Amino acid sequence: MTELLIREGPPDSSGTAPGSSVALPIPPTRRERLHRVLRFLGRRPGLVVASLVVLLVLVAAFAPGALAPGDPNVGVVADKLRPPSAAHLFGTDYLGRDVYTRVVHGASLSLQATVIAVAVALVVGGLLGLLAGFVGRWVDEALMRVVDVLLSIPAILLSLALITALGYGTIKVAIAVGVASVASFARVMRAETMRIRRSTYVEAARAVGTRRYVTLWRHVLPNAAGPVLVLAVLEFGLAILAVSSLSFLGYGAPPPAPEWGSLIAEGRNYLATSWWLCAMPGLTIAATVLSVNRISRALDGEWSRAR
Amino acid sequence: MSAPGTLPRYLLRRLGTAVAVLWAAYTVSFVVLYLLPGDPVTTMASGGLDGEPLTPEQIEALKAQYGFDKPLIVQYGTRLWAALHGDLGASIQNGQDVRGAILEALPPTVQIAIGGLLVAVVLGGGLAIAATYTSQRWLRQLLMALPSLAVSLPVFWVGLMLVQVFAFGLHWLPSVGASGFPALVLPSLTLGLPMGALLAQVLAKSLTTVLDEPYVQTARAKGVGRAAIHVRHALQNAAIPALTVLGYVAGNLLAGTVVVETVFTRPGLGRLTVQAVGVQDIPLVQGVVLFASLVFVGVNLLVDLIYPVLDPRIAKGVPATS
Repeated sequence: MTELLIREGPPDSSGTAPGSSVALPIPPTRRERLHRVLRFLGRRPGLVVASLVVLLVLVAAFAPGALAPGDPNVGVVADKLRPPSAAHLFGTDYLGRDVYTRVVHGASLSLQATVIAVAVALVVGGLLGLLAGFVGRWVDEALMRVVDVLLSIPAILLSLALITALGYGTIKVAIAVGVASVASFARVMRAETMRIRRSTYVEAARAVGTRRYVTLWRHVLPNAAGPVLVLAVLEFGLAILAVSSLSFLGYGAPPPAPEWGSLIAEGRNYLATSWWLCAMPGLTIAATVLSVNRISRALDGEWSRAR
Repeated sequence: MSAPGTLPRYLLRRLGTAVAVLWAAYTVSFVVLYLLPGDPVTTMASGGLDGEPLTPEQIEALKAQYGFDKPLIVQYGTRLWAALHGDLGASIQNGQDVRGAILEALPPTVQIAIGGLLVAVVLGGGLAIAATYTSQRWLRQLLMALPSLAVSLPVFWVGLMLVQVFAFGLHWLPSVGASGFPALVLPSLTLGLPMGALLAQVLAKSLTTVLDEPYVQTARAKGVGRAAIHVRHALQNAAIPALTVLGYVAGNLLAGTVVVETVFTRPGLGRLTVQAVGVQDIPLVQGVVLFASLVFVGVNLLVDLIYPVLDPRIAKGVPATS
């Protein structure tokens, strides 16, 4: 029966081929594609602003000198606690250090921690989810119970427990935040893997004798990447908030180094007299998280829906 | 208990899950706090990163007290057995009983937790109802943009800005301390805002779905007023997803107080936790983690009990439609 079907297959499929090729949409030219991108962005000024903010933050993280050439740890004491002005965009702190320079240079430490946190969560959670979804049976059961356990402890307390065990520092804070968000990645990755595993093309690949790990690498991973990346962008925003909270509590880099959270903690002592010390770094964090969240929404199907 | 009814079976299953989750939380905290540092005694004996180092005699006493010379599985078993009897060990800072320390720090935390929950329900629920009730497109869009703005702000920063405006700017409320009702307002607001935002998002979404259902159209056709449909007919059915979120949010209240109590320099469980992490007081940190899981599990169990009241299909095992 199957043999018959297989033998009948090729002529049948070649028979329908000309018909289906007519129905295929003509691939858009480069100009049309550019036109579509511009129209898409033109209708979403918020998304354009969000992209620019993220771009600026990335420049600040990788080349802080380009945005703020000064030294973040050197100040002119005579100029201490000056409100924002043309010379000091975000004002100066109690040692006369330029807050704008410190925020720009702080981006690199804060973003480094965020990237590590998301990477830890993505790699560990992704692997757990992939394994659970692809192997199934008892492996799935066991791994998903581990994930449930991680979800039963509030994230910030799990991070605090990890910091108690590991100690202070930017990297340790990053790992603590990352481990606390492993669970969501594992869940999404597992759901995607199971969806793809049941699809016809994976069945077809198995039917022609493709090895399991080749199927995993060629079919499952590329197709699961989309939703997992959308989650990664969303988690990036959450991780910025979590990292800065822990840094605010004083578990991050030791004092002279600028970090977004610890900058706000420093400014807290001057809240009554110098509002800019807290307000400016906080607005920077808020703008970054808002922008990242906006981009994550755009990636989550907004492009394909806007035809 | 032996009744063949489905409600007791539903409850028993939930109770079983709750116990399993608590045991799992214990295990995770044990692995993280006692296995990860390699040698917990050295970690504790160093006095943490803020404290004074201990003397050799104190270290020996610690070893004997915590039984670190025994195999890991024995340590795990003894500690689990003790924890089951409510004995969470002693704080290494001052030898105080961990359970006592947690219970002592609890009252001021409960105050802002209740305040935060009230803020979340009133603001979040009100926002969702207003956003789905209004027929003005621009107003709806504006109201629905607020929650996503609120969840993007760092909680500690929101707290500091509230202090800036209402305590230092307008002199309406005190900035720090834990005495009297005025001192509760700003911490509760800070704690409740992000939770209210989450609640508003979910409730608005489910209200929108429910308002499109046929029974709402029937009610409308029979001449029921808009407000009555919204509050009496739609809200009850839309409340189920919101209740799930509320349970999740309430279970995480304790975690929120860590930051809020630091910002407002209030005494309480959050402050105790920050302090314990600072001196690497492992038994105390584990106690707080376990207590938070207990609250999380308890609240979610309570939510599970409310579901069948709102939607009798859940207890009967009929799959709910939404």
